[in-house]
Amino acid sequence: MSQALDEIKIGGLGASRKRVEDNRFLRGKGNYVDDIVLPGMLHMEILRSPLAHARIRSVDASKAWDIPGVRLVLTGEMMATRNLAWMPTLSYDTQAVLATDKVRFQGQEVACVIADDPYIAKDACEAIVVDYEPLPVIVNPTQAMAEGAPLIRDDKENQHDNVVYDWEVGDKAGTDAAFARADRVSSLELHYPRSHPSPLECCGSIADFDRSTSKLTVYMTTQAPHIIRAAVSMVAELPEHMIRIVSPDLGGGFGNKVPVYPGYVASILASILLERPVKWIEDKSGNLISTGFGRDVYLQGELALRNDGKILAVRMHTDADHGAFFSDAQPSKFKIGLMHSAFACYDIPYAHLTARGMYTNKAPGGVAYRCSLRVTEAMYFQERMVQAAADDLGIDQAEFRRLNFVRDDDFPHRTPFGFLTDSGQYGKCLDVGLQAVGYENFLKQKEEAKKRGRLLGIGISTMTEPLGAGNSREYDILGIKMFDSAELRVHMSGKAILRTGAKTQGQGHETTWAQIVSHELGIPAEDIVVEEGDTDTAPFGMGTYASRSTPVAGAAVAMVSRKIRAKARKLAAHLLEVSEEDVEWELGRFYVRSARDRGVTIQECAMAAYSNMPDGMEPGLENNAYYDPPNLTWPFACYIVTVEVDPQTGVWDVLNVVAVDDCGVRINPMIVEGQIMGGLTEAYAMASMQFITFDAEGNCVGSNYMDYLLPTAWETPGFELHEVVTPCPHHPIGAKGVGECATVGGPAAFVNAVMDALKGTGVRNIDMPLLADRVYEALTLRHDVSGAPPVKTDDA
Amino acid sequence: MTTLYEEIRPEPHGGIPVRRVTITVNGEKRVAEVEPRLLLAHLLRQGFKLTGTHTGCDTTNCGACTVLVDGVPAKSCTMLAVQADGHEVMTVEGLASASELHPIQEGFKDEHGLQCGFCTPGMMLTAKALLDENPDPTEDEVRWALSGNLCRCTGYQNIVKSVLWAAAKMRPAAAADQDGS
Repeated sequence: MSQALDEIKIGGLGASRKRVEDNRFLRGKGNYVDDIVLPGMLHMEILRSPLAHARIRSVDASKAWDIPGVRLVLTGEMMATRNLAWMPTLSYDTQAVLATDKVRFQGQEVACVIADDPYIAKDACEAIVVDYEPLPVIVNPTQAMAEGAPLIRDDKENQHDNVVYDWEVGDKAGTDAAFARADRVSSLELHYPRSHPSPLECCGSIADFDRSTSKLTVYMTTQAPHIIRAAVSMVAELPEHMIRIVSPDLGGGFGNKVPVYPGYVASILASILLERPVKWIEDKSGNLISTGFGRDVYLQGELALRNDGKILAVRMHTDADHGAFFSDAQPSKFKIGLMHSAFACYDIPYAHLTARGMYTNKAPGGVAYRCSLRVTEAMYFQERMVQAAADDLGIDQAEFRRLNFVRDDDFPHRTPFGFLTDSGQYGKCLDVGLQAVGYENFLKQKEEAKKRGRLLGIGISTMTEPLGAGNSREYDILGIKMFDSAELRVHMSGKAILRTGAKTQGQGHETTWAQIVSHELGIPAEDIVVEEGDTDTAPFGMGTYASRSTPVAGAAVAMVSRKIRAKARKLAAHLLEVSEEDVEWELGRFYVRSARDRGVTIQECAMAAYSNMPDGMEPGLENNAYYDPPNLTWPFACYIVTVEVDPQTGVWDVLNVVAVDDCGVRINPMIVEGQIMGGLTEAYAMASMQFITFDAEGNCVGSNYMDYLLPTAWETPGFELHEVVTPCPHHPIGAKGVGECATVGGPAAFVNAVMDALKGTGVRNIDMPLLADRVYEALTLRHDVSGAPPVKTDDA
Repeated sequence: MTTLYEEIRPEPHGGIPVRRVTITVNGEKRVAEVEPRLLLAHLLRQGFKLTGTHTGCDTTNCGACTVLVDGVPAKSCTMLAVQADGHEVMTVEGLASASELHPIQEGFKDEHGLQCGFCTPGMMLTAKALLDENPDPTEDEVRWALSGNLCRCTGYQNIVKSVLWAAAKMRPAAAADQDGS
């Protein structure tokens, strides 16, 4: 009768529950933005600039207006009359919606056509004549800083150069002193290339302004619907309660769907002007050349070392290429995201980081591409510097890491840049990884192979990264604090609906959030429906990116469940006719402490909340929770990759990939492992082939999937996953973020492996991606290979 | 498809003549009048309201729009609707019966072969063509067969497992059919 519930069976914490969202996706019944059709809907296309930097002499749209089926042509000039030619970015800069004065990158939005169907709209875009006066082009920070460089942001009053910011963090004096007493200094210069998150589904929106109600509904591809509502309210000067943002199923996001894009704004204005729904669906080239990129940061890094292997201090300087507008999606306080989370897993007393941002004639963005805000660059720089230092000292790379790790009994630990890490078993993770890959054995194999002219290499990357912004003291976007939320309504039958301020893009929130409720209340997961993405129904939240959902929204789900349980306890006491103090909880059931068999289920409490509540109690069983995390969560990971490099061609093959992830308590192990494998694939992609570059004229190389290479099932290696569990001490269920760990920590493991294979050649660095020609060049000419744009052309 | 009336644009398609096409979609004969330049993906999605076929890249690379044309995988974003005239097209909506998932769909669910779901229809149809031809593929054969379809979420390992799961599930049935014939 009173047998305890089996939590795994009801789909609670730790169950590899099959995903509920799959039921519609598998049948082709997902509801992505392009699947939505509204009555009377028109279609919008964007005309983009073919040039990277040019003054606009004139825009002649008369031929476009003449095409039957064209309803509206929007130009920068028209936007300007409505004060909409420019919009604010998430980093306190401005960005052109439609260009008025100049175009500042190839692919920039110049005009929009709204027509009866998308084919007509595309035809009409081609009929618009724009007269450009080409200007000199800047495609890297060095050019941006050069004497006499053209001023990209001549629209800004006090902007006299191409510098976006100069920023620093850390202890300069302490760091300088530590370098002065170091036995040796290991230095490294490299470039983390520009990359694009490139979800398969591009961006899009359907704006639907209803004159009769004054309400604007926008269905759009956004990872952060509430931030968008705030931004739209600001930009379009509409009252917040008259704006409804609906983010339907998203075909991936990876940070690309956080910012506000000109296409969204233009479709909104078009709908207001035409009083009809206007759909804009971006094509792949539009997505790749104009929307939020990731990375594009140059590093000069130095480690002060003692001969026994101890790292005394870190010095880093980064130059970031932000493109034409500073539109990074990141906490306001930090100019280069959380770059200063570098070296958090190592016990280093002093560190100093200087960071400079530059405008260039490239697309704006700097989004957190599967990354907690520049953490990907931070960890890549860290692990490349660590390997170079180990090699410089002649110390085994695994041993060098172990020597400098923060020890298990050292938590909480203040990192050299001031973060507070709170938990981890770094040494244990490394041990698990080394054992899984057969480290000692591989080193022997490597020596053997070398004798026969074969080049084997092993690369390690270990890191802890800050996931789950914020706390609200330090983290905000445009002044809005980075908390998150959940609202739970338990119906009288004990079934429930949960809504959160996060927004799933494939992470499986509909499955996992229900598991947290199940864990807290004992309601079977299948009895809980999860909804996200509609600002009219979901509680206010900051959305899903930077692996913050489980640390923040997931915590809110646990907290709201606990509020529900607290009320249910009162109902139970009433039903059991005992005082609340005499009521005990076990999963799914309250019982009388002195008589365990006398109990009521959570479902019976739910029924009582609507049909038999005690006198004076407010009816119903629903609540909400806003969760402001006390700290970030700090997952740790150890990735180890082995490769063989072909000295004849520079081609390298992955032999083995071992991943050891400690993301604390795993809500749904199946989904966690899926996230890790997806992340490893993006790491492999960036290390091997995936990047965006530019020629000297600012033409984007990587503007479609024929140039922008993404690995297929054929190239992608297999992965071997292991886990260590160190619960997060401050998260209600002990979980940490995980979605991006492998993308953040993974690339260095691949690159370190190739560099290890090249050890002894004098080559310190090859920039990602490690294309065969770059590896071949390094091997044969024995020098470092830079990947910085502009790309070499045949006549250069 | 029966409609009581349809609004005709005063100047249809900028004067471009339309062509009538007859396509058997998921076993059902469908007739449409299309501009010659209309892509098959768009006819399926906008004309026939079969939105399970997704368009991802427009350049035949990503495979999200993969459908089966006479049983052969085709990227419907680079095939004209008129090219499908007289042919049989299968979309993801044709995989499951009303009550039961196809074993490939079951495999994807069981092995967590999808995350955002955008590539999934194309992946499953490519997998179906593979298993129709080769009921017992190796892992490498599955990886090669799927190499025209991109996935940004899963890292492929679980997709490969999903297809192998389906192959195993479908084999006894295939064997039984053969025994019976």
